[in-house]
Parts: sequence; structure tokens; C-alpha cells
Amino acid sequence: MVTQITSFGRSGLYDWMMQRISAVVLSLYTVFIIGYLLLHPDLTFDQWSALFETTWVRIFSLMMLLSIGMHSWIGLWSVSTDYIKPTGIRFFFQALCGLLMFVYIVWGIQVLWGL
Amino acid sequence: MLVSIYRYNPEVDDAPYMKDYQIDLPEGKDLMVLDVLNLLKAQDPSISYRRSCREGVCGSDGMNMSGKNGLACITTVSEAAKNGKLVLRPLPGLPVIRDLVVDMGQFYKQYEKIRPFLINDTPVPAIERLQSPEEREKLDGLYECILCACCSTACPSFWWNPDKFVGPSGLLQAYRFLADSRDTATQERLGELDDPFSVFRCHGIMNCVNVCPKGLNPTKAIGNIRTMLLQRAT
Repeated sequence: MVTQITSFGRSGLYDWMMQRISAVVLSLYTVFIIGYLLLHPDLTFDQWSALFETTWVRIFSLMMLLSIGMHSWIGLWSVSTDYIKPTGIRFFFQALCGLLMFVYIVWGIQVLWGL
Repeated sequence: MLVSIYRYNPEVDDAPYMKDYQIDLPEGKDLMVLDVLNLLKAQDPSISYRRSCREGVCGSDGMNMSGKNGLACITTVSEAAKNGKLVLRPLPGLPVIRDLVVDMGQFYKQYEKIRPFLINDTPVPAIERLQSPEEREKLDGLYECILCACCSTACPSFWWNPDKFVGPSGLLQAYRFLADSRDTATQERLGELDDPFSVFRCHGIMNCVNVCPKGLNPTKAIGNIRTMLLQRAT
């Protein structure tokens, strides 16, 4: 058993499951957005903002934002533990990734709700 | 035929280097790579490599032949040579002791970690622990592993974290004991594997399956361990 405190869920199984669930959410969201854009070739600003007014799109978008955060955290954490061997630099890189993802999520919520 | 061999003797050389040898191979016969090495050894006795059974059973002569890991004794020259040249290197990722001989310590440490023996805390039966043919069948494709390390040293996850990731060979063995009906330590064993490294550093690129000289499938075994972990935790 290898102890880890910087991984997302501290359990390999949990991280693995979240990585897969978030991947499904992200692919569904991608299909949804691309599909919407294809169905609305002459998209206006009003239509676009009306889309994000609806509650289910906001829920879906928030799910997507959280999924991006999780997915990239688990992925980049793996990359950092593979390739960055000095502990200090690795920890700094992981902290930077964590900060960046937190900023993106908060910023994304702000954009989504127009707060 | 031109044979290029990785040479390194830490007592003499500052750095490893590739040395080319020219050798005449008998006509109309497809030699094994190990035979070629034996012929070269007669030419240059300083070449070092491990070999024992010379028939793919002991797993001693695992090496990298023209970029692909395998057993030199059961790989023909025609299979291994590329553009008329045979390039022999030690198994990648493990410390080189000399020439084609690597230090397998890290590999065995991971094997030791999965406790590769039956654990059974029920009273010992008078004769033996019986298995049904169906239960025995579950071990097929697992028990055949000869620990040659071709798979683990072909795995980038093992290269980067040989101290934390158990590696395809160790995990194949781990599943061999998880799947054994006579073993009662299944939960304990699973508990030891549920961290982000031991099993989950496998990203399923299947290099292990590609190189296994015994045609085994460690990726499938790892998938089965994951399923068992998932069933245990949900």
C-alpha cells in the first residue's frame, strides 16, 4: 500500500472511478454543445444567453466545470508523479494545478450565473 | 550479419556504449538470438548475459532485441533483426550490472509485495485442499508466468515508478492469488492494492501483452483486479 496525500481522493479506485465518470460528463457536454451549434447555424446572442438561462443547462454546465476540475487534477497529478521527481518542484506544480482549477471553477460559476 | 550489443562494464567503462560485431551465420538455418550470443561469446568472451534452460522456461535471458523485449532463446534471428541488423540491449528501466545483465532487485521487490503464496487460515485438511475443475480453470493464463520481467520492463508506468507501481508481472501474480479458491486472504490482498499507484498506475497501453513471451495477458488480469476492487467498494 503506497500512501498518498496529494491525489484527488487518496484512493486509487476512487480517482479511477471519478476519472471515468467525469470523462463521460465531458464527452456528453461536448456532444451537446457541438450539436447545439450545428442545429443553430445563425446563432444570435439572445439565443445563446437564453440557452444558459435554463436551469438544466446551468446544472449540466456546472457538472462539466466540476468534471474538468476533477479530470484534469487526477490526470495532471498522475503526470507530475511520473515525470517530476524532486519533491519540492512536484508539490509546487501540484499546488499550482490545484489553484488553477479552483480559479477556473469559481470563474466559470461567475460567468454561468452572471454574478 | 551485423550484431550491435550494449556493452558496459562499470569497473572499466565510464559510460555504456554499443559495440558492433560481424558474424557469419550458418545458411538455411534460422538461429535463435541466444545461439548468436553464444557464437559471439566464443569470439569475445567478455560479453555477459544470463541464460539457463535455453528453451523459454526459466526466464533468464530476457532482453531487448531490436527494440522489443523478449526471451533470446525462443526468438529467432529473422524475427528480431531489423534491416539485416540485430541490436541487443538489456531490459530497459532496470539498473545494468554488466552488458546485458540487469539488477532485478526492484522487480522482485514488487513481486514480494503481493505475497505470492497461498494464504489460508482454515484448518489444514487431512490430505489436500481440493479445487473443482472450474476453480482450477480460473488460474489458466496466470500461473504460467515465469517472471522473466519482459513485461514490467516494457511498461512506462513501471519505468517511472518502479518502487510504487507493482507492474504487470506482479499484478498478474496478484490476480493469480486473488482468483485462487484456496486462498482466504482476498480482502486483505485487495486492501493492499487500493492506492493510486500499486494497480491504478496502469493506463492500459498493453505493452506487457505485446511482449509477453508466454502469450499471457497482464492487462486483462489488472482489469479483473479493478473489477474486484470496485465490487468490494460499491
